[in-house]
Amino acid sequence: MEENNDIQNRKRTFMSEALIRFEHFGFQYLAQAEPTLKDINLTIRKGEKILIAGPSGCGKSTLGNCLNGLIPFSYKGEMTGSLTIAGKETRSMSIFELSKRVGTVLQDSDGQFIGLTVAEDIAFALENDCVGRDELHSRVEEVAGIVDLQGHLSHAPGELSGGQKQRVSIAGVMVDDVEIFLFDEPLANLDPATGKQAMELIDEIRERTGACVIIIEHRLEDVLHRNVDRIVLMQNGCITADLSSDEMLSTDLLKQAGVREPLYLTALKYAGVKISAAHRPSNIQKMTLSEEERRAVRDWYRNTETTALPAPDTDFLRIRDLDFAYDNGFTALQNINLQIRKGELLAIVGRNGAGKSTLSKVICGFEKPTRGTLEILDRDGYCDLSNRSIKERADHIGYVMQNPNQMICKTMIFDEVALGLRTRGVAENVVKEKVEKALKICGLYAFRNWPVSALSFGQKKRVTIASILVLDPDMVILDEPTAGQDFRHYTEIMEFLRSLNEAGYTIVMITHDMHLMLEYAQRAVVFCDGNILADDTSANILTDPDLVKRASLKETSLYDLALLCDIDDPGSFVQHFIDYDREVRG
Amino acid sequence: MVNLFNYIDRQSPVHKLTGAAKFALLILWMLAAMTTFCTPYLCALTVLAVLLFRLSKIRFRDVAVMIWLTLVFLALNNILIYLFSPEHGVEIYGSRTLLFAGIGRYTVTAQQLLYHLNVVLKYTATIPIVLLFVATTNPSEFAASLNRLGVSYKISYSVALALRYIPDTVREFHDISQSQQARGIEMSRKENMVKRLTNAAAIILPLILSGMDRIDVVTNAMELRGFGKNKTRTWYMGRKFSTGDILCILLGILLVAVSLSYTLWNGGRYWNPFG
Repeated sequence: MEENNDIQNRKRTFMSEALIRFEHFGFQYLAQAEPTLKDINLTIRKGEKILIAGPSGCGKSTLGNCLNGLIPFSYKGEMTGSLTIAGKETRSMSIFELSKRVGTVLQDSDGQFIGLTVAEDIAFALENDCVGRDELHSRVEEVAGIVDLQGHLSHAPGELSGGQKQRVSIAGVMVDDVEIFLFDEPLANLDPATGKQAMELIDEIRERTGACVIIIEHRLEDVLHRNVDRIVLMQNGCITADLSSDEMLSTDLLKQAGVREPLYLTALKYAGVKISAAHRPSNIQKMTLSEEERRAVRDWYRNTETTALPAPDTDFLRIRDLDFAYDNGFTALQNINLQIRKGELLAIVGRNGAGKSTLSKVICGFEKPTRGTLEILDRDGYCDLSNRSIKERADHIGYVMQNPNQMICKTMIFDEVALGLRTRGVAENVVKEKVEKALKICGLYAFRNWPVSALSFGQKKRVTIASILVLDPDMVILDEPTAGQDFRHYTEIMEFLRSLNEAGYTIVMITHDMHLMLEYAQRAVVFCDGNILADDTSANILTDPDLVKRASLKETSLYDLALLCDIDDPGSFVQHFIDYDREVRG
Repeated sequence: MVNLFNYIDRQSPVHKLTGAAKFALLILWMLAAMTTFCTPYLCALTVLAVLLFRLSKIRFRDVAVMIWLTLVFLALNNILIYLFSPEHGVEIYGSRTLLFAGIGRYTVTAQQLLYHLNVVLKYTATIPIVLLFVATTNPSEFAASLNRLGVSYKISYSVALALRYIPDTVREFHDISQSQQARGIEMSRKENMVKRLTNAAAIILPLILSGMDRIDVVTNAMELRGFGKNKTRTWYMGRKFSTGDILCILLGILLVAVSLSYTLWNGGRYWNPFG
């Protein structure tokens, strides 16, 4: 017993060597009236793995930028208190000195790809350090080996998948032998399976290098795929909790702060199970539940009543035997047969390059299919789309791009929404009436005379949706409607889309977000290598391990919970949860 | 657009030269060809250029688009010269050998034909070299060698970076243009010119805005990895200057020297067989 304590102590001394120390630290941006960070006290020890969570605007990215030196090097402002790395005050260090200790992997793995090829991008930091040519080449080889990119050294960013680009970014900071890895939203833009692999790779690197890992992310459940030592919760520029991950998840703090808790915990709470740290709730695979608790879940599943949403049955869009190949001969879609029903909320999922976006381009008329037909339900029955121009199709089918900044081209909100009507030569009094109606639907009426630049990202997204709705389409296709949004904004956008759907619009969403698919889409179509792999309810798809694997999706943790509780029909358990959850919240 | 900067990776003596040496040769070659109207010399340059082209293992169809474009320009250039001054050659060579009376001022003279031949030769002597440079120079290696020639590495790197973002920007332009077309912004010939220009603004503005976002990300990423820390930097794609490179630059100097000494010896830029 004593011996055991000794080991524990020794381990603690090793771990307790403080690497990063914030003391009464604060920061205020030059242009802002209020400080963004207030009285931060946080110690991070060598080799620790920390998750910093919190809603958008809580200051978590600012905290990260203080660590890597972008503050105050690129973003000016006033610092108070003290921040030391390995005992040295950071304000006495340059961004370059800091970059030797803190390696930052930014959110946008495409945007931070600097070199023309993988090898050059990995070598970038070393080049700036004037490392000689031979050492450059051998170091790049070595690091590329660790992240499994040896075969891709001469590839350009355009030839890589999202996951590979992220591995290049990681390799690019690993060449510097940093002591601290800082990941700013590493999971944004990755498909679920790749996100899982990313978390595994981060763990592997940490074990290999003994470096400290700090992850800033709001997709809690996905980060917890691998163990995290501590979760630091931030709200309004302050740290409101700093607990081990098991302790944190046995509280309601995350939920109250607007961070989504893992779905299995929501389900357990519905079943009346009281969660404590002893359950090890941070990972469903390792969680322990007593027989009594498992029975509680089964009872909840069997004894509570839910009503499923009615499934619409009139086809709006019929796609038959459709093929599409690009000019270079690449077949992007093969033998697609799909009916989209009127008034349905449909999700299209699959990994990058599986054909999801191509399909939406073919539907909108941006690309011409090589074979097959498309028909939509018009006033006088079904009519063929092949002779309709992009503009004519847009009267029936609207398309909203992922990034609203790529769509907005007017400075005033009213003009932006009116654009489509004005180019169609609609009389100005009708334009006014229609624009105001669309702005009301989108909750933007109060802002109608504002400039677009005054809006938040989520509001801009709504402007782009309004500018499509004004053309009065029957169906709207949205590419990643909630990418990069925290839970509150995600809920806001999705509830808005749900209300549009209830108002009769057919909504099709292209997404990587399994939560979104599960919670909002009645039906999902899975694409893989240009084919439709499955067409079923979201609950059934995400509880089919074989399908999940083939399409690079991620099983919902509710599936694991169902297995843990000996429920033999996980698909209907998940469906039960979704219906129950909707009724509780709605 | 993307095809204009198409580096084609092959094994050849021309590929082995550093970008800087090739760039120097390109500039000197152009200078040599531009400053003279000596027809035999231009012929020699053309032959030399074609030989170098063969040496590089770049095939005609690799650069066909560019060649066709140049031919169109060449034709246009010649037609315009003839339309505006059909007897320009007569003025230059100081003699008039009428071959065909033509209509009004549009005569055909031997002098005019020789002048046109010179114009054609100027194209044929330089275009292969330009194409050769573009097709055999790795953009990153070029940036590295520009730096070696004494250009500041920040400027050199921005050249490489611009090339890095061309494909992304082209793709983005395409995406934005499609989504704007769906809103009814017509970019095809169905609209008149003025309307099309104002419509183009609807694509350019979002493109600029997202371009600025991109610049923001990439500058941060570069600073975080130490760009600008030292007065110099090394280059992964950098190469040592070889004998071939020196020979290449010497060749360029020789070509300019020949061109200039001919002009001095001849007392003018024009080779005149009519005198």
